[in-house]
Amino acid sequence: MDASEKKTKWLAALAGNPNSGKTTVFNALTGTRQHTGNYPGVTVEKKEGICRIDGRTLRIVDLPGVYSLTAYSMEELVARHFLLQEKPDVVVDVVDASNLERHLYLAVQLMEMKVPLVLAFNMSDVARQRGLEFDLEQLSVLLGAPIVPLTATKGEGIDELKKTILRCAEQVRPVPAEIRYGPELEEAIGKIESVLDENHSLIRSYGRRWTALKLLEGDSEIQEQIRLPQVSDVLQEIRRHLAAVFGESPEVLIAERRYGFISGACQETVRQTVLKRRDFSDRMDAVLTHRYAGLPIFAVLMYIVFYLTFQVGAWPQSWLEDGFTYLAQLIERFWPEEVSEEIKSLLIDGVIAGVGGVVVFLPNILLLFLGIAFLEDSGYMARAAFIMDRLMHRIGLHGKSFIPMLIGFGCSVPAIMATRILEERRTRLATMLVIPLMSCGARITIYGLLIPAFFPPVLRGPMMWLIYLIGIGLAIVCVRLLRSTILKGETVPFVMELPPYRLPTLQGLLLHMWDRGWLYLRKAGTVILALSIVMWAVTRYPRPPQEFLTAEEDQVERVELEYSLAGRIGKWMEPAIQPLGFDWKIGTAMIGAAMAKEVFVSQMSIVYSLGSEEDLEQLQKRIREDYSVLQGFCIMLFCLISTPCVATVAVTRRESGTWRWALLQFGGLTALAYLITLLVYQGGRLVSFLTA
Amino acid sequence: MESPAEKSVRFLSQVPAGQTVRLVRIAGGHALTLRLAGMGLVPNVPLEVLRNDFRGQIIVQVKNTKIVLGRGMSEKLEVAPL
Repeated sequence: MDASEKKTKWLAALAGNPNSGKTTVFNALTGTRQHTGNYPGVTVEKKEGICRIDGRTLRIVDLPGVYSLTAYSMEELVARHFLLQEKPDVVVDVVDASNLERHLYLAVQLMEMKVPLVLAFNMSDVARQRGLEFDLEQLSVLLGAPIVPLTATKGEGIDELKKTILRCAEQVRPVPAEIRYGPELEEAIGKIESVLDENHSLIRSYGRRWTALKLLEGDSEIQEQIRLPQVSDVLQEIRRHLAAVFGESPEVLIAERRYGFISGACQETVRQTVLKRRDFSDRMDAVLTHRYAGLPIFAVLMYIVFYLTFQVGAWPQSWLEDGFTYLAQLIERFWPEEVSEEIKSLLIDGVIAGVGGVVVFLPNILLLFLGIAFLEDSGYMARAAFIMDRLMHRIGLHGKSFIPMLIGFGCSVPAIMATRILEERRTRLATMLVIPLMSCGARITIYGLLIPAFFPPVLRGPMMWLIYLIGIGLAIVCVRLLRSTILKGETVPFVMELPPYRLPTLQGLLLHMWDRGWLYLRKAGTVILALSIVMWAVTRYPRPPQEFLTAEEDQVERVELEYSLAGRIGKWMEPAIQPLGFDWKIGTAMIGAAMAKEVFVSQMSIVYSLGSEEDLEQLQKRIREDYSVLQGFCIMLFCLISTPCVATVAVTRRESGTWRWALLQFGGLTALAYLITLLVYQGGRLVSFLTA
Repeated sequence: MESPAEKSVRFLSQVPAGQTVRLVRIAGGHALTLRLAGMGLVPNVPLEVLRNDFRGQIIVQVKNTKIVLGRGMSEKLEVAPL
């Protein structure tokens, strides 16, 4: 018996253009048996799943969606490295059958790599509606790959695809047809092949012809690895020759021949029976990207996403909060006296508060990603990017950056996760770094405490508005700064496909939502929990000795906080924050606010020994007695700009891939807050001194 | 003197919406050429301009697909009448 016949585990890779419906096919193949990770060393997302057929196990890896296999984008490099190094038993290329010629361009490049290829003709229903008729048998012979027609959104053809994958893995590996590029190019390829060293590791694993073709195409990665003087001489000569004969560079000629091969194959096998007319997508676009109507429609849709995330999300959020409060009360009530109070505090104020702090964001994240998945899967997201691009481009961001920034007004944590919709890394990082400047919902509690304390009712609205505006203005300045320094770079030549509108599938939406929620809990959640416990320890330890606590009952908490590390740091840094108009009380409360912005208010009431937060008015009165209007404004300004909360830091760490960016965000924003508050406070004092 | 063929060449950025033109040349680097090839933009392919406000991005239809191109990019695509 042959060894391969005994094998029951196979590896299949799923390739395809973005918008080919690849994700839907992946979901249909694997169902819920899938998970998301990253390709080693890069931030490109890697989805993997398991599919079982007839007692055999298929491991399916969803490659990043790409249009071709050049060395110019991380996604394309990742895809081709996977194919060349992991050597999957079968490669399934998902193509949009209603848009065959363009989608087969990737298939041709896979054929060049000689991978065992299966073509999944997705969206066969749309193709039929468009009046396209295929001679699949003939086309399959021309391409050297079995073709399975399917409609993944309805689950049609999925079983057939599974069977075909298995048959190709176990029995006959398909051998893709060889593409001929015409006499001139073939001669050139032959010349390059003849000077390649047979024993070069690259040629042994990638094959001679493919290496030669890639060299001719001017592929930077392959050129880097094959540094032979005779090769570059031959290449130069060929380039000169081709330019003289065709007036074109080899890469253009190769691309033209590939499309030529495709249209040749299609001419024989595809028949268009209905004349193309304006379809549904065209009519939708006439409205949704309309010069004047486009923007208001976008605004309404954004409002719905925002409402869903934060208003609807507030219900489950409050249930969760109540649940955790109840749990804490239960522990408080039944805590056995012989067990240390410290452990109780760790459990209630550290662990439960920390886990609560993690879980409480979950409804927001699930609902936000439900909304985003709908926008993406329906095809609207690309239109949104188009509509917003003129504005965002001026700042140095992508049209899509608008969405995470908007979400940032609700909460930075889901907003930073939402930057995943941005493909280009530098744009994504720049967006991520400035998101904390979008004044989040938790910071409203701080403004709610301070604005009424210092400003008469008529000025309260405008003050709030001013604070938000300052945040937006600073974000714009920071992006510009980042984009012209450490995140410099041409906004990638902007080309984007506007996919046809489609009705998203429920399974697709739910899987996307679940995937993001789980990712958040697993990755960001653990860091948030750990940092919350650190914050708990900092505000609790060291404990004051008993003789310090002789004061009245309501002073205990204040003395404890003052004695703790946070209190000491607050006092220790008083000289540093004095130029901003702050004293140790504000400093201590701000250390607490690093845990979560709303903690600022409760810390202030502890510092003023007011105990319960219900005494908001009392607290406002005390604050007004201690600080000037200018100081009050400076506190808000500092809270607006500085020190993203631990959850934000954790999520930035997770989403950017390294601590470096999270620390830059943390340090940069804190430094910026210091600088601006310093200028405002000292400037304000000068003005009042001069006008007095 | 300019030959009539040369005279008729212009850039995609100048083509008003509703017109269909032929892509002649991509006056960009290696990366841009390959990137555009992946989306079906190779010489001699017909392009229908769907939207051009003469500022900002433009939308073209190529091989049955709608593609948004940045202004800068549309100034690098030489086109000619079909």
